Amino acid sequence: MAKVTAMDVYKLLPQTNCEDCGEASCMAFATKLSEKEADLTLCTELSDKKFKKLDDLLAPAVKEIIIGKDEKAKIIGGDEVLYRYEESYYNQTVLAVDVPDDLDDSDFEKRIKQIEDLEFERTGESLKLDAIALRNKSGDPEKFANCAKKLKSSKYPVFLVTFDPIAMEKALAFIGDDRPLIYAATKDNIFDMADLATKYQCPITVFSPGDIEKMKDLVFTLRSNGVEDIVLDPGTLTGDAIGDTLDNFVMSRRLAVEDKDEDFRYPLLGVPALVRLNNEEDDDIKKGTMEATIASTLMNKYADVLILKGNEIWELIPILTLRQSLYTDPRKPQAVDPGIYEFGDVDENSAVLLTTNFSLTYYTVEGDLKSGDANCYLLVLDTVGKAVDVAIAGGQFDGESVADLVKETGIEDMVKTRKLIIPGLAAPLSGEIEDETGWNVMVGPRDSSAVPDFIDEKF
Amino acid sequence: TEFKPPIKEYPGKIAQVQLGAGSRKPVYLGGQTSLYRFEEPQPNPPIVTFDVFDIPMPGLPRPIREHFSDVMESPGEWAKKAVKDYGANMVTMHLIGTGPKVMDKSPREGAQAVEEVLQAVDVPLVVGGSGDPVKDPLVLEAAAAAADGERCLLASANMDLDYHKVAKSAVDYGHAVLSWAITDVNMQKSLNKYLMKDGLKQEDIVMDPTTCALGYGIEFSIDVITRTRLGGLKGDPDLQMPMSSGTTNAWGSREAWMKKEEWGPTDYRGPLWEIFTGLTLMLNGVDIFMMLHPESVRILREIGETFTK
Ligand code: B12
Ligand code: SF4
Repeated sequence: MAKVTAMDVYKLLPQTNCEDCGEASCMAFATKLSEKEADLTLCTELSDKKFKKLDDLLAPAVKEIIIGKDEKAKIIGGDEVLYRYEESYYNQTVLAVDVPDDLDDSDFEKRIKQIEDLEFERTGESLKLDAIALRNKSGDPEKFANCAKKLKSSKYPVFLVTFDPIAMEKALAFIGDDRPLIYAATKDNIFDMADLATKYQCPITVFSPGDIEKMKDLVFTLRSNGVEDIVLDPGTLTGDAIGDTLDNFVMSRRLAVEDKDEDFRYPLLGVPALVRLNNEEDDDIKKGTMEATIASTLMNKYADVLILKGNEIWELIPILTLRQSLYTDPRKPQAVDPGIYEFGDVDENSAVLLTTNFSLTYYTVEGDLKSGDANCYLLVLDTVGKAVDVAIAGGQFDGESVADLVKETGIEDMVKTRKLIIPGLAAPLSGEIEDETGWNVMVGPRDSSAVPDFIDEKF
Repeated sequence: TEFKPPIKEYPGKIAQVQLGAGSRKPVYLGGQTSLYRFEEPQPNPPIVTFDVFDIPMPGLPRPIREHFSDVMESPGEWAKKAVKDYGANMVTMHLIGTGPKVMDKSPREGAQAVEEVLQAVDVPLVVGGSGDPVKDPLVLEAAAAAADGERCLLASANMDLDYHKVAKSAVDYGHAVLSWAITDVNMQKSLNKYLMKDGLKQEDIVMDPTTCALGYGIEFSIDVITRTRLGGLKGDPDLQMPMSSGTTNAWGSREAWMKKEEWGPTDYRGPLWEIFTGLTLMLNGVDIFMMLHPESVRILREIGETFTK
């Protein structure tokens, strides 16, 4: 199905150009709407009927759903395309970690804290987990509800994981107004769970392992009962059946994006944690490796939510990194502002370094300078967000552009020295940079982790 | 509405490339007529080829060295270990030692290392140079002659070197060619066109759209690979070849090799970095993976087979 154009949107707007929305014209507003850069409510001139029509027209192929409330809220879904190069993926995959309800108090607290504290810094972003999946492992509704009560104060939103409507109701009685995700409605409990979702106004997951035809039926039932916020779990079958799981995820998303099948236009949820839960005998490393492997498979093919069991950092770093990569916007360069940056205490004798404004490059260098307690100036060249050797090969990084940067930053008034440390990969440019800037060039190490030592020893 | 599986029609077909002939057990790459197995059965599982070097490679990360330290002096033994102990479908012989700045071995010496590996194992070979644009075509020519009729994959032909010579060596001695462009679909198309002008057919070419590792531009690789495979299936004859990934690039990422307490042991992190890099590209269309770590190879092979069964 073709994408909504600004013209499609414009046709439904009042066309009075009253400027209340903050745009100069209805056409300008239509353009912003079609690019998802404005909110429809900003137009003050719409009748309810027109608003509904436009809202439907602008609705993404995959419905956006909110889990949690206020500062805890996480949005999932919102995707429009099957392939990220066509536009971008939106609302990165929410990562929840399994917490069984049979832990004793101190273990329970410890686990929640581990989940909330886990953090990995990459290219200036702090990558974190998103949610807590409380599982009714004990089978005891009271225990489940008591744990849920404790999560009232958690930093992250909660998934309530039980097929037992009684346990679900008891837990919802405590935290139902925080918009936890109900997991899950199955063919056996669907009406009871649907009632709970309606009563507490919570999003609800439909679980139909290995059978997306049945899943469609269940979704239709929920929709017919007035339930709107639905998440789809087609089952995460591990081992040899992972191929079936992949098929089910891909088919579900295709039906949503290409066929606009109303029963599939919802976020998808996978449970790599099952690898750990189902393979008691394997060792922890094997299980962690496999769990991460399944997570990367499903994240690549459309999972909007994943429930994991492992919370070891070596397992989570690749998962968090893959998520960061998949959700970058292909339409925007990943760059930092060019110019001059200072590290530590600088004075007129401080070392002067050069790098490019590609985010990954800049933040890698920044991290190394900080962790090595270096005192220096860093000149950041505008390479339209290209790494060192990419920019050299592409012609954005040369003697002339470096000379311009030296002038623009005014570094010549800040330091007495005229020595510039360049990346090892830029060695072939050293002559040309010396000619253009009149500075002495020192070729630094290839990897910036060695820079702080290099400054101490050589500068 | 009723449930109907979303199966699409694709006007194009990916060529099937045979690697290995003569004294080798052949493997087959490509041949797809659809993106997924729920649309059409997938003809061939993904293939993993183990990296082997003609010199002991001091720079390899420790988690890999520890598996091969006993055989690194001998490419033949190294290849044998990769096949016998670790189940490699293929072996990639990198002739790094021919690099003018490495050991400057002659093309003839390079060819001898290839002969040694051909003797040691009966799986098909990828043969790579040192990355020197002047010398690689000469090294590949000598290796191609030494492996006459064994149908190796010559790595690689690219715009920076005399690819005519690489193509001619393949045509003369019955090999296939790896056509390498740097994350650029148009450059890939041009190079493939030139190679076909030089006498190669679709069935003689494997494309390398460049593997940017996890966290180091993997999204660029994803986008290019997706577009390339869709282009081929939609009917573009210049993109209807199977694809290869230099998955080993993953080991260049500091998250894979750098010792850092807060990141957990590299023994587990490193292999995962390689698995994530390969698997992501597999899910977007890559057919053959050049890899280093035994555990990564095992997992990628296993999961790849379940996606195509
Ligand atoms: C991702 C990638 C791309 C992406 C761009 C990503 C980006 N935004 O930069 C895309 C696909 C767009 C791309 C395009 C091209 N690429 Co490219 N690309 C790569 C790749 C795979 C990774 C680059 C990367 O992200 N590195 C990570 C960053 C962090 O590294 P870095 O910036 O160098 O920083 C490190 C060091 O330099 C050092 N450092 C940084 N700053 C400083 C400062 C000081 C003082 C010191 C001491 C050290 C230091 O520490 C950092 C951490 O280690 C490399 C191959 C590879 N594996 O390296 C090829 C590569 C760089 N590309 C290459 C080429 C040829 C190109 C193209 C010209 C291809 C073409 N013909 O179109 C284009 C050019 C595009 C342009 N500029 O207009 C070649 C360059 C060959 C060469 N050395 O001449 C490479 C090496 C691939 C190859 N083997 O051929 N590329
Ligand atoms: S507020 Fe509505 S009617 Fe007024 S200019 Fe904006 S889009 Fe047009």
